[in-house]
Amino acid sequence: MLLINCPHCGPRDETEFHVGGEAHIARPKKPEDLTDAQWADYLFMRKNTKGWFAERWVHAAGCRRWFNVERHTVTHEIRRIYPMGDAPSDDIA
Amino acid sequence: MTTTETNPLRVSNGRGESGAQPVRFTFDGRSYTGQVGDTLASALLANGVRVVGRSLKSHRPRGILSAGFEEPNALVQLGSGAYAEPNALATRVEIYPGLEASSVNRWPSLSFDAFAGFGLLSRFMPAGFYYKTFLGSRTLWDRVYEPILRRMAGFGRAPTAADPDDYDQRHLHCDVLVVGGGLAGLAAARAACDSGAKVALIEDQPGLAAQPIGARTKDWVDEIIKVVREKATVLTRTTVFGTYDGGFAAALERVSDHVAPSSRAGGRQRVWLIRAKQTVLATGAIERPLVFSNNDRPGVILAGAAHTYLDRHGVLVGRKIVAFTNNDETYAAAIALKKAGADIVALVDVRPKLIGGLVASAKKEGIRVLAGHAVVDVEGRRAVRGVTIAGLGGGASERLSCDALIMSGGWSSAVHLFSQRGGKLAFDPRAAGFVPAPKPGDPLCAGALAGESGDAAVITSGHAAGAKAAAALGKTAPPPPWGLPEDPQRGATHPFWRVPVAPDAERKCYIDFQNDSTLADISLTVREGFTHPEHVKRYTLTGFGTDQGKTGNINALGNIAERVGVDIGDLAPTTFRPPFLPVTFGALAGRDKGALLDPVRITALHDWHVNAGAEFEDVGQWKRPWYYPRGNESLDEAVARECRAVREGVGILDASTLGKIEVIGPDAATLLNRVYTNAWSKLGVGRSRYGLMCHEDGMLFDDGTTTRLAETRFLMTTTTGNAAAVLDWLEEWLQTEWPELKVYCTSVTDHWATVALAGPRARDVLAQLAPDVALDNESFPFMSYKEASVAGIDARIFRISFTGELSYEINVPWHHAQHLWNAAKAAGAAHGITPYGTETMHVLRAEKGYPIIGQDTDGTVTPLDLGMGWAVSKKKDFLGKRSLARLDTARADRKQFVGLRTKNPADVIPEGAQIVSAASVGQIKLPQAEPVPMEGHVTSSYFSTALGHSIALALVRNGFARTGETVYAVADGKPIAAEIGSTVFYDPDGTRRDG
Repeated sequence: MLLINCPHCGPRDETEFHVGGEAHIARPKKPEDLTDAQWADYLFMRKNTKGWFAERWVHAAGCRRWFNVERHTVTHEIRRIYPMGDAPSDDIA
Repeated sequence: MTTTETNPLRVSNGRGESGAQPVRFTFDGRSYTGQVGDTLASALLANGVRVVGRSLKSHRPRGILSAGFEEPNALVQLGSGAYAEPNALATRVEIYPGLEASSVNRWPSLSFDAFAGFGLLSRFMPAGFYYKTFLGSRTLWDRVYEPILRRMAGFGRAPTAADPDDYDQRHLHCDVLVVGGGLAGLAAARAACDSGAKVALIEDQPGLAAQPIGARTKDWVDEIIKVVREKATVLTRTTVFGTYDGGFAAALERVSDHVAPSSRAGGRQRVWLIRAKQTVLATGAIERPLVFSNNDRPGVILAGAAHTYLDRHGVLVGRKIVAFTNNDETYAAAIALKKAGADIVALVDVRPKLIGGLVASAKKEGIRVLAGHAVVDVEGRRAVRGVTIAGLGGGASERLSCDALIMSGGWSSAVHLFSQRGGKLAFDPRAAGFVPAPKPGDPLCAGALAGESGDAAVITSGHAAGAKAAAALGKTAPPPPWGLPEDPQRGATHPFWRVPVAPDAERKCYIDFQNDSTLADISLTVREGFTHPEHVKRYTLTGFGTDQGKTGNINALGNIAERVGVDIGDLAPTTFRPPFLPVTFGALAGRDKGALLDPVRITALHDWHVNAGAEFEDVGQWKRPWYYPRGNESLDEAVARECRAVREGVGILDASTLGKIEVIGPDAATLLNRVYTNAWSKLGVGRSRYGLMCHEDGMLFDDGTTTRLAETRFLMTTTTGNAAAVLDWLEEWLQTEWPELKVYCTSVTDHWATVALAGPRARDVLAQLAPDVALDNESFPFMSYKEASVAGIDARIFRISFTGELSYEINVPWHHAQHLWNAAKAAGAAHGITPYGTETMHVLRAEKGYPIIGQDTDGTVTPLDLGMGWAVSKKKDFLGKRSLARLDTARADRKQFVGLRTKNPADVIPEGAQIVSAASVGQIKLPQAEPVPMEGHVTSSYFSTALGHSIALALVRNGFARTGETVYAVADGKPIAAEIGSTVFYDPDGTRRDG
């Protein structure tokens, strides 16, 4: 079970959190201008990264705040926790 | 040396207290005496009991093989009734006065087994037998194969009543977790303690340093146990069964399994949830059997186990013992057994050249040591009577008479907990087995687990691992405060996977004792082309079962490698996953059972509902009154009465469970615009609006009424079960996508209690409660809101309706609810005010065609499918809008929300019934109908008292265009004819609601 260092509450068990999937997928500004394929890409398509991966987590059973996490999908190591809106590390495209 | 009368093979008290107390217990109905500290296995061995079970497939008599958690044979059934426990290991069960144990997998009795004949058939039950035999006749499987197999294969019986024991869970946080309290674990714990780290040491056995130890190490052990018990948290009778990411581990403590159920105090078992910054594994190694003909006979036992039974319990596994080995450890066992009075007939060693101190000591003791020899067969079906040995290089064979054979094929590191964390293994020729190959970040490994042997080497590696764990935490462990004599010179373990046998004898050479997998099965499997260890496992069942192949896996691997022609180091052992040992469901559940399984939420009026005799239904965690039966009324009768009261007079409903969220801030209307399908900017203060919420895929997710309390303050209501999900949804978008919006959301569900008055007399009742409020239709129209004093309480009044009648929902602070309810009951008495429950509410809303999100929809339904295009804005964007224009969501033949009127007014269609067209219904031939096109399904269905006929709501393909068409709802093989029409059955103009 992951130990996640909530930026507001400190290290807590994974069971207190919910994962929100891949981070840095911005909602299109004008959805009506998109083709079905472009909209489907936003809605359904997600990376299946082996390695460092940026994802969203929320401290659901704690402060209920969302934040971003850089986690290694093989070792489950967490190297970085950063606020919503901040850019991911350079090696995460 | 002493031999007690009842325990012919007990020669001392072992580690027990002097004059250990006798303990009476029964096995298979017969009474025996053991002593305090015995396991069931040691007590049975002390009594000379050889056969403890039958094997799974061939039902061969089996005896005790091991002294620990690796035991494949000695599975027993404990206790009875609610306390029945199947699959207990005799080698782990600590006996207590009155313990009742019985063998499993035998029928009708251990001595006479009706299936033993299968032993003769076992050559016809080869690897892949199940896959090959049971394809084909379903009837044969149901009537013949399965019932017989179940009885044959039954490992024990389940309890017959709910588990009466208590279980607990506890959390433990530490700097260094040391798993295993043997020599290595103790040394590691000492090093970490001395560095100042907070240490937890966990040991499976009742005592520390439970394995046999050399005389030279005894003082060291006594001293270190004292120190570690002082400085560390020490848990014994506790098994770490899983290791996980982030230094997390789970362990099961057997708190009171070792005492009679009637005397258990403090719960039966406890799960420890452990978070450690560093983990040291010192889990030891598991001895392997040797593979030769009839190596499964009762009385053939692992050499280390024989040593343990002597050391721990003072029990000899036999009087005349032959030893068979490929490594030095067996010499220590043989010497100890000889010193305790056993006759060591011969020590048969496959290694051609023997070196080292232990061999010399054995010879000095006068033990006949035969190098380059092997045991080739065992005599005795129910107990060993003798063995045949032969030189591996050829030569004459020799028969040796004996009553026990101790064997050792080397030691396999207990890598399970290391592997569970994803740790990789490497073949270590020094140990002739797979050992952990830790990467940075993996748990540290010490002692026999790391391939070490010899007390001094094991202790040194333990201390080093403890010091390394401390260093990783920035702490420094001082050098070991002891000096130990060096281990005697040792000969290496010789990898030896089987004694050469003729092909037709391979089926008597057992690899996996629990699954009866033999050398013949491995040979056949490889011949049939399955050469990957994972394939061989599944084809032969090697490594399955309660023991998960703890003794057999590496022997299987060695023999696969030999047959495939590769090096064993090139094969990967099968993957280990938690749990290391079976864990009871009770322990995993802990206190989360019965009333504590899930929180129960009750409204402020709950006691009143209970006193009124309400039947309740669970809605999420809430208890809601379902209906209020009077006298002997049935559900239908009560609901009919409650419905009539609302339609004709006035009803009163506790609606407090509806989710309530205050949305506050200058951008509150903007947020609503984005999450609801309809527009909110122009909603006036004091007005309410119905809204639909979709996920980004355009599918309905929630609905409810939202009211503008003030310019920048809205009260949103949600469905009862969805309140938390809606709040999470709003928070997710506010925090992750729209942080610029100045708005916050607060759950006020349990701040405001809600009492709904519904029915033509609702206004009269409210007028008495709130005489100062103008209630006429112009002053207080439908979908509007007022703050006023109601029954003397500051209240929020919403004129909204879920029944289709004139209706007010009154919110008052939670603790005033009972006062309001009583006042409303009194004010309405003259109008026959009637409490109604959720069932009546559902009927009334269905008469109006109001959908329930989650009942009439299922996550594949858009607002347009519900026919609610009027609530979907064409102008603004909202979550899910773009999806409504996708090819699939925009197609015409989607399932759409319609009403159904049955041809026979009395037919009430079962909810969930599938709908077929008139053309299809004639083709349905029961009982085994060919598939016909499904046109949809019924989502809600009731008998309407107000209308005098049944009503149903349904999702039907292209339903909007099929008004007037007769379709058939099929349930229980019976088609019910119904006509498609509007979803609004009652008061379609809404005059009752709006007047």
